[in-house]
Amino acid sequence: MAAPFDLKNDGVVVIIGSGAGGGTLGNELAQKGIDVIILEAGARHEYEDFINDEWDSFAQLAWTDKRTTSGDWRVAKDFPNLPAWIVKSVGGSTTHWAGASLRLQEHEFKTLSTYGKLEGANLLDWPITLADLEPYYAKAEDKLGVTLTNNIPGLPGNNNFKVMKAGADKLGYKECHTGRMAINSEPRDDRNACQQTGFCFQGCKWGAKWSTLYTEIPKGEATGHLEVRPNAMAIKINHDASGKVTGVVYADKDGKLQEQKARIVAVAGNSIESPRLLLNSASSQFPDGLANSSGQVGKNYMRHTTGSVYGVFDKPVHMYRGTTMAGIIRDEARNDPSRGFVGGYELETLSLGLPFMAAFLNPGGWGRSFTTALDHYDHMAGMWIVGEDMPREENRITLHADIKDEHGMAVADVHFDDHANDTAMRNHAYKQGSALYAAVGATRTFPTPPYPSTHNLGTNRMSEKAADGVVNKHGQAHDIKNLFVSDGSQFTTGGAENPTLTIVSLAIRQADYIAEQMSAKSI
Amino acid sequence: MVTIYEKKPGLSRRELLKRGSVGALLVISGSAVISPEHAWGLQTSALKPETMATLIQMARDIYPHDQVPDKYYAIAVKAHDEQADKDPAHKDLIEKGIADLDLKSGKDGYTGLGWEEQRVAVLREIEDTPFFQAVRGGLVVGLYNQKEVWPIFGYEGESYSKGGYMARGFDDIEWL
Ligand SMILES: Cc1cc2nc3c(=O)[nH]c(=O)nc-3n(C[C@H](O)[C@H](O)[C@H](O)COP(=O)(O)OP(=O)(O)OC[C@H]3O[C@@H](n4cnc5c(N)ncnc54)[C@H](O)[C@@H]3O)c2cc1C
Ligand code: SF4
Repeated sequence: MAAPFDLKNDGVVVIIGSGAGGGTLGNELAQKGIDVIILEAGARHEYEDFINDEWDSFAQLAWTDKRTTSGDWRVAKDFPNLPAWIVKSVGGSTTHWAGASLRLQEHEFKTLSTYGKLEGANLLDWPITLADLEPYYAKAEDKLGVTLTNNIPGLPGNNNFKVMKAGADKLGYKECHTGRMAINSEPRDDRNACQQTGFCFQGCKWGAKWSTLYTEIPKGEATGHLEVRPNAMAIKINHDASGKVTGVVYADKDGKLQEQKARIVAVAGNSIESPRLLLNSASSQFPDGLANSSGQVGKNYMRHTTGSVYGVFDKPVHMYRGTTMAGIIRDEARNDPSRGFVGGYELETLSLGLPFMAAFLNPGGWGRSFTTALDHYDHMAGMWIVGEDMPREENRITLHADIKDEHGMAVADVHFDDHANDTAMRNHAYKQGSALYAAVGATRTFPTPPYPSTHNLGTNRMSEKAADGVVNKHGQAHDIKNLFVSDGSQFTTGGAENPTLTIVSLAIRQADYIAEQMSAKSI
Repeated sequence: MVTIYEKKPGLSRRELLKRGSVGALLVISGSAVISPEHAWGLQTSALKPETMATLIQMARDIYPHDQVPDKYYAIAVKAHDEQADKDPAHKDLIEKGIADLDLKSGKDGYTGLGWEEQRVAVLREIEDTPFFQAVRGGLVVGLYNQKEVWPIFGYEGESYSKGGYMARGFDDIEWL
């Protein structure tokens, strides 16, 4: 069972964050017999505790500690203290996520070579290729039980999907199906099949959707090599005179500071908190923060070019019934600059309940133009745009100069400006989405602005050369051998695909590398 | 706690007419706003009942849903009365905001304007004020997160206890 390790035990790997990256890495290492402690800022809620209610669930799981925003994105105006919609809870954002699990495309690992230099974009090729990652993608798909892989049948299409599919056919799109979803279409891995509850974003009460909370974490704990410490907020990573990291200072459940010693530290707090922690760990030896000799920590923040399109029909749809995101059109995901932008985007079904629809359809909007949209809530269909956005140095996480959290740690400021390529892509997607619904008879469509970011990427990016990024192709800091980054902040560029399958694949690959390096005694 | 209570106000039409009446529907009696048509009343503790009645009208003008009864707008703005009770600055924000709204609306005040367009025109003038934003912002959750209003919009809410929609129409669309 769960192994409680001593604070002074300096032989352990300490992972910060229990989400897609941290939870997976923790289990993979534990399976190899390596002792691991996961420090998780949030509490532990098991899946029976999840709530089928949007705001109550948000209060239970979401990260609501203060953050600030700046930049020209609309989120900064509408949700100035909520730049991202992600989770603070054991399982991380894999409790909230919808389960869409796609591989990146080959060219998306080589954006600088493929797209060329783009003004205002800090493009770079990944230090790995699709071929390098393919074996790990295969393992990840098996681990997550992704539908339409490993002979797992697709999920049945719900009402929202059927509207999408009918429109896709009318527009001549060829690749439209119920998606590659980390949601059981039949019982698998001792978990239920999806019951079409329609609350995927609120945590799956059936356990049908993969989450580290009830897969990786208990499996790791069963080995006796993994301890998950909830309500443990990491504040600073310590190092010795040789520049190696030695432990992590964290605030425990009572707010008391503790130091957990470590042989290796892996940061997986998602792309806002991970750079915040590295920056906050500045010392006289590393005055700009840990692993930051390149100055790239916190920069190149990406959030995908997103947006939604909702359509109102003269007959009922009930889009909220059933799996939230089991529906995809992939035809626009290709790179085809003739459309007026580089990179591509996916269109995926999406539904919000009435409370979130009111908050997110047109934040700040009021009057009849707004309310007549909601009047037809049960006649609405919806889709989400997710496309590749351009990394920009100016889009970055910094430590706020004055505002501190309850532990005295400077809060993160999230700055984001759209690149012209992002805007062109979003407008193209709005047009396609609206045309699709119009083709099935929509009487009105709504190009809905991006929500607070659910995909957060790029702020500790991988690079071949130490000068261009923060970590190498294994997620190992260029500057510090026993410091790793294990979440989506490693992404060199974002691709058009939902990121989690790639985060999990990188974590599996990283676990192999860490085990190898440990047994070779090089870390 | 929301102190909406459902009861017959027990006042005759004539008595009602003698008391302060706001718009066509809501009646002020003592420290309460009463809807004689729909038999509910709302007791205020910090805000003037007239203020509350105007707030209810303002809430409807911000998020007008003709199929949603006043009662739910009243519940949605009641939080301002509770907050005003605890926080004098909030009381001031709301009372002054409503007074200003009345002033801008001419001699019969905000609720004296007969058409929604007329009232909305006044709201457009103040939409960037902290007062307007406090009222509008509060409504987003205060109005749309009431489980009782969900069925009016055709939203079915919690579904786990009913076994999800597997056998309850997740794919029942017929018109495509
Ligand atoms: C509503 C929603 C829907 C989504 N749908 C999809 C989808 O369909 N497909 C997809 O691919 N992706 C989806 N995502 C995104 C997906 O959830 C994330 O990409 C993924 O979970 C990120 O993994 P991570 O390990 O980087 O971070 P997370 O999973 O967010 O985990 C980070 C954890 O670290 C903890 N933490 C942070 N800082 C500290 C600290 N200092 N000390 C201790 N702990 C800390 C946090 O509390 C959190 O639990 C969705 C996200 C949301 C919110
Ligand atoms: S729709 Fe399926 S995956 Fe989503 S919450 Fe319900 S049972 Fe879970």
